[in-house]
Amino acid sequence: MKEKGNSKAIKWLLIIISAVFLFIMVIMPLFTVISGALQKGLGFYIGAITDKYTLKALILTIKAAFASVIVTSIFGLIAAWAVTRYSFPGKKIIKSIIDIPVTISPVICGMIFLLLFGRQGFIYPLLDKVGIDVIFAVPGIIIVTVFVTLPMVFREIVPVLEARGTQEEEAAAMMGADGWTIFRRVTFPSVKWPFIYGIILSASRAMGEFGAVSVISGHLRGLTNTLPLHIEILFNEFNTTEAFAVSSILVILSIALMLLRLLLQQYSSRKRT
Amino acid sequence: MRRKLSLLLLTSILMSLVLTGCGFNRDKDGNTTSERVTLINVSYDPTRELYESYNRYFERKWKKSTGQSLDVIQSHGGSGKQALEVANGLKADVVTLALAYDTDSIAKSGLIASDWQKRLPDNSCPYYSTIVFLVRKGNPKHIRDWDDLVRPDVSVLTPNPKTSGGARWNYLAAYAYALEKYDNDSTKVFGFMRDLYRNVSVLDSGARASTTSFTENGQGDVLICWENEAYLTEKNDKGDYQIIYPSVSVKAETPVSIVDSVVKSHGTKKIAENYLKGLYDERAQEICARNYYRPSDQRVLDKYKKYFPTDFKMVTIDDFGGWEKVAKKHFSNGGIFDRIYS
Repeated sequence: MKEKGNSKAIKWLLIIISAVFLFIMVIMPLFTVISGALQKGLGFYIGAITDKYTLKALILTIKAAFASVIVTSIFGLIAAWAVTRYSFPGKKIIKSIIDIPVTISPVICGMIFLLLFGRQGFIYPLLDKVGIDVIFAVPGIIIVTVFVTLPMVFREIVPVLEARGTQEEEAAAMMGADGWTIFRRVTFPSVKWPFIYGIILSASRAMGEFGAVSVISGHLRGLTNTLPLHIEILFNEFNTTEAFAVSSILVILSIALMLLRLLLQQYSSRKRT
Repeated sequence: MRRKLSLLLLTSILMSLVLTGCGFNRDKDGNTTSERVTLINVSYDPTRELYESYNRYFERKWKKSTGQSLDVIQSHGGSGKQALEVANGLKADVVTLALAYDTDSIAKSGLIASDWQKRLPDNSCPYYSTIVFLVRKGNPKHIRDWDDLVRPDVSVLTPNPKTSGGARWNYLAAYAYALEKYDNDSTKVFGFMRDLYRNVSVLDSGARASTTSFTENGQGDVLICWENEAYLTEKNDKGDYQIIYPSVSVKAETPVSIVDSVVKSHGTKKIAENYLKGLYDERAQEICARNYYRPSDQRVLDKYKKYFPTDFKMVTIDDFGGWEKVAKKHFSNGGIFDRIYS
């Protein structure tokens, strides 16, 4: 079919609109972060990102992201397997409930855990007796981060498993493979890429989490401040350049994850063909 | 085998969690004798620089006299919010908030003894502040006193007294002026306050947010704020702003207290008490003054009097009958502030 002049014009118009939009909404702000970070020179920048409190916030952020990746991937695999391979009453309800953490506002997530584990909550006296701090301490930060990223891996795997159906597993079972072998040799390879993609998504979501963490952090410097909280504090204290410098760490981490995702995508598509 | 191992691992993790929670190294009064101790100081927004320098001083002093390495951890935010978090379980050893009312609210939740404000000199206030105006360079709107703030051509910035401690002091300073000017005529005072809050262009939730709106976003002609915050802003942007002292303001008392139940469980009572007492040292009082907080020690205050003028009337919270009464009358739902700002 011959392309008409008219549709060619539309094609370029659409491309230009998206490009301009992307430039204004994404590229320009990113550029501002980097140029803002370097406003007072490289020496100041290095000083800001190697500051004691920045490094402690970075370590806490990475810890929380790591924990959320571990939990969401284990949970995601188990839950995805359960809902796609078995039929049981309430399956649809479970599939919707799993989505709750990403659909409700993070602030509300934070408040839920505050009420659950805080001094007004019914679990608090028990925790207090054994001397475990959850809320306004590192465990609380990790718990809410896990909560907001919980469905990330699940949501990536389920559509693939559903589209594939169960024939391959059934065939493997008929040939005498046990459950673990089926999972290892048949199911997992087919969801490997969405699985990794889900991990990357949950890692980036976990590192950027602000609202939920803000509610239960208590903002203890060097103890319960994650990078996003630390950035807000620096900004509120008129240290704009430092705030941008620390922001650039998060930006660099997200870009690194994005590149990793691109690489993996290319690698996986090459493998398939 | 594997199952046994994982069970072992799980119990050992649980055990270690339990053990770290209980203190082993305690003396007969229950104070910790560990070599490294942390102390959590939960404070309000603008005290960051003050406590950064005081902590450095006190940590060194403590190490010298006891051999313990002390690490003071700071937390800053809106005073009311901070108090709420402590009441909700934030394990603060000491609280250094913007007003006694917030510390009282923690005391009400049972964590602090109710007579806390009598435990240290000067109402437990090692330093205090007052409320001033910050205007733009050259004072283009010729703002001299509270009267100028109700002029229709003036746009005012002050935070919301429902959420911000500093804003409550701002409100009371204006109220004190109006009471004096209109000789306690409540209708006229109400009218003055309504006109004032009509001129408020941005009602931020906290003192720091209000300052940022004024400086970074260029909102408003005058910012009502803490004296220390005004000096800090003036220092950060040399020559862009100037400070105006109104004829009437408040003695904004910012008391400190240990959190009894937390220091008991952390074994930090002795350190926490010394930490707060230390604020009354001459050296510490100088640190307060250099961070633009008015020291309670008269001699130190005199030494820095060029920063702290006293040629205006300063009312206290007791002149209003105490925080309990003020909070109920002015800031409760349906109180005077609600009627003014609706």
